[in-house]
Amino acid sequence: MNARILPLYATIVIFLIAYLICYIQFPAMLSTRVVGNLLTDNAYLGIVAVGMTVVILSGGIDLSVGSVIAFSGVFVAVMLRDTDLHPLIVFALLLGITTGFGAAMGALIHGLAMPAFIVTLAGMFLARGAAYMLTIDSVPIDHAFYDVLDAYYRMPGGGRLTLIGVVMLVTVFAGMIIAHRTRFGTSVFALGGGEHTARLMGVSVGLTTVKIYAFSGFMAGLSGIVFSVYTGSGYPLATVGTELTAIATVVIGGTILTGGSGYVFGTLIGVLTMGLIQTYIVFDGSLSSWWTKIVIGLLLLLFILLQKGLLTLGQRQRSSPT
Amino acid sequence: MLLTVRDLTKTFPGTLALDNVRLDLAAGEVHALLGENGAGKSTLIKCLTGVHARDSGHIELDGQPISPTSTHDAQELGIGTVYQEVNLLPNLTVAENLTFGRQPTRLGLVSGRRMRADAEEMLAGYGLDQVNVSRELGSYSVAVQQIVAIARAVALSGKVLILDEPTASLDARETETLFKVVRDLRERGLGIIFISHFLDQVFSLSDRLTVLRNGRHIVTEKTPETNRVELIHHMLGHELVAAEHRHAARKGGANLLSFKGVGRRGKIEPFDLDVRAGEVIGLAGLLGSGRTETADVLFGRTPADQGEATDDAGKLNLSTPRTAIAEGFGYAPEDRKTDGIVADLSVRENIALAFQARRGWANPIPQAEQKRLAEDYIRKLDIRTSSAEKAVGDLSGGNQQKVVLARWLAMNPRFLILDEPTRGIDVGAHAEILKLIGELTDQGMSILLISSEFDELIAASDRIIVVRDRHHVSQLVGEEIDTDRIINAIAARDDAERAMS
Ligand SMILES: Nc1ncnc2c1ncn2[C@@H]1O[C@H](COP(=O)(O)OP(=O)(O)O)[C@@H](O)[C@H]1O
Ligand SMILES: [Mg+2]
Repeated sequence: MNARILPLYATIVIFLIAYLICYIQFPAMLSTRVVGNLLTDNAYLGIVAVGMTVVILSGGIDLSVGSVIAFSGVFVAVMLRDTDLHPLIVFALLLGITTGFGAAMGALIHGLAMPAFIVTLAGMFLARGAAYMLTIDSVPIDHAFYDVLDAYYRMPGGGRLTLIGVVMLVTVFAGMIIAHRTRFGTSVFALGGGEHTARLMGVSVGLTTVKIYAFSGFMAGLSGIVFSVYTGSGYPLATVGTELTAIATVVIGGTILTGGSGYVFGTLIGVLTMGLIQTYIVFDGSLSSWWTKIVIGLLLLLFILLQKGLLTLGQRQRSSPT
Repeated sequence: MLLTVRDLTKTFPGTLALDNVRLDLAAGEVHALLGENGAGKSTLIKCLTGVHARDSGHIELDGQPISPTSTHDAQELGIGTVYQEVNLLPNLTVAENLTFGRQPTRLGLVSGRRMRADAEEMLAGYGLDQVNVSRELGSYSVAVQQIVAIARAVALSGKVLILDEPTASLDARETETLFKVVRDLRERGLGIIFISHFLDQVFSLSDRLTVLRNGRHIVTEKTPETNRVELIHHMLGHELVAAEHRHAARKGGANLLSFKGVGRRGKIEPFDLDVRAGEVIGLAGLLGSGRTETADVLFGRTPADQGEATDDAGKLNLSTPRTAIAEGFGYAPEDRKTDGIVADLSVRENIALAFQARRGWANPIPQAEQKRLAEDYIRKLDIRTSSAEKAVGDLSGGNQQKVVLARWLAMNPRFLILDEPTRGIDVGAHAEILKLIGELTDQGMSILLISSEFDELIAASDRIIVVRDRHHVSQLVGEEIDTDRIINAIAARDDAERAMS
């Protein structure tokens, strides 16, 4: 068995145990209602985390996504308020902008040989600033098409499978295909394994880097659209710190922060684990919501230790003759 | 000619790595590329395959000028390469590594099944039946990884295959398998560039060879028309003046240390070594032959995995540098910049560090005492510095080397290993360091001296051990020590070897 799949198993086991604990205390948590809400409430996070997974797999980081989500919401709300464009056209415009924004960051990272951390930090301020330039208020979205987007399918048991929840699942599936079944995906893993070696193997490092951050930008834009559907408004102060939450879900999902090893599916489980903790706190009623942060902090620590352990194990395996 | 290189020049900041180099490779030929470490072999390969951009020069493949700008370009042109450094990605599976860049796809999606089948086909004939191509490459030994890298390069090489020291981590059987593959490819009309330090391999495999030295083309010859001694002369270059063995009637003292069957798999074959008090043992051999590896094993930098070391008092613990120091060993490594000194600290602090280590950290040396010690060594070793407070990094190479020596002398070791102590320092400092070696041994210290300068070895050593292909192959004592004998020992075939006594 490949060692790199262990963190994924660990993630799944932790999720199942967590769910079991929740279920024992609150049997209602196994209802389609809770499951439906889990998907809906975390749809935007799941989508942006797919982009983040690809970035982290390549050994990079994208700190701009939280701001890009906020910008996207504001952009959509303002365009729908001030123009007669159909939302679908606005969406297409927006995705073009965020994808281009990501591509530009990727080009800078490669072209200037700058750390992704710095470039995307600049991107974070830029996108947030751009959102403020459009408006400083919360702009409600009031468009007939948004009622269509609010559609849901009522599952047996009364739970709602919303359109945005489904979009998130489809995105995860698409992310799995892209990361694990395409040549681009292999190049991403190759970059994460070592840029120098990847170059010697014939990876076009520049182009791949641009594509990776463009992908993340696209996902942040899509996440922004979903977020605007979820909240029915655009607000420049929204989703502050979401980039860090996304990074946390990726790591809890079993992807190694230094790149080169991980699974997009694990990220979905990471997102659901995080959602589950929040749901538990809501059910309990007496716990402060800060507990979410504490538990997430502990989980992160656990996974970092697990990764370190696997790393040393792998090295020991290698040094003994096979 | 399949591949011609003309006037290829490449500079790195501060280094002229290639200076108007030329190379011809015919189809159906194995062309060996020889030269000491740093001669420019790998740089030549990288300029050929688009890893580095050349400063100037002309490359033709099949009569067409080519200028690959990436390894991908080179692969498209039919040039497959195994580079000297890590070639593959341990975090990908064996199959992904093998098929990388040409994974079989259907509707844009990689077909795992066909990819594994392709990979197994590529590996066939290398004797790696036990390898599961779906596993991560990193879970296999370095030798397996190396063969996988070779298999990949072979599959990519439509016209030219380049192997940069491919056998460094292979055992005899694996090497033989590789040679069989290479000969097959030669039959099929490929041109193969083969870089190796192992002269035996060069003679058994290559049709022609080219020697580089200091980035310059020295000679291209048909392999059968040359011999080892000539080759080594070409590689080392410097006019081999018959240096006089100083050989003052310095009598070796009592036996100090003895090493029995000490070695480490993949680094240096087991060797025996007796060290007498007050003697200088020289270690000669080409770079990469196992000289530094011997030192590393003796000092516990890469601890021995077999054999034992003893002195009068019994067994020695040489499992880490720290325990080796406690046994009275010292080691001034070749790369003093990274291993020997702390460049940002002052001369005084560097010297005090060693004293401090000896006294234990709980017992700090007063500032005034540190100053006195530093002044003492600055005077004794004649370290040229404007003050004891100057950062070591700002001194000249020779003076840095003296600070390294001062640090070790401060520990008062009984056995001191010096790896290339005069590398990169001027002639004057050179002589001073040799003089110092003489003085130290007169006081009873034993020294293992590693050097590429035969003159220096001959002048300073009581005995010279010759290392070749990771074996201690021969020993020269007293009157036997001269340049020709050393060269012959380095060049000798195994059957001509003198047994080590
Ligand atoms: N990437 C690099 N940057 C700077 N200097 C380099 C680089 N690669 C090689 N060199 C220098 O170029 C010279 C030739 O090195 P190399 O081609 O690796 O030699 P060889 O393969 O013959 O041992 C050496 O002096 C080395 O230090
Ligand atoms: Mg080399």
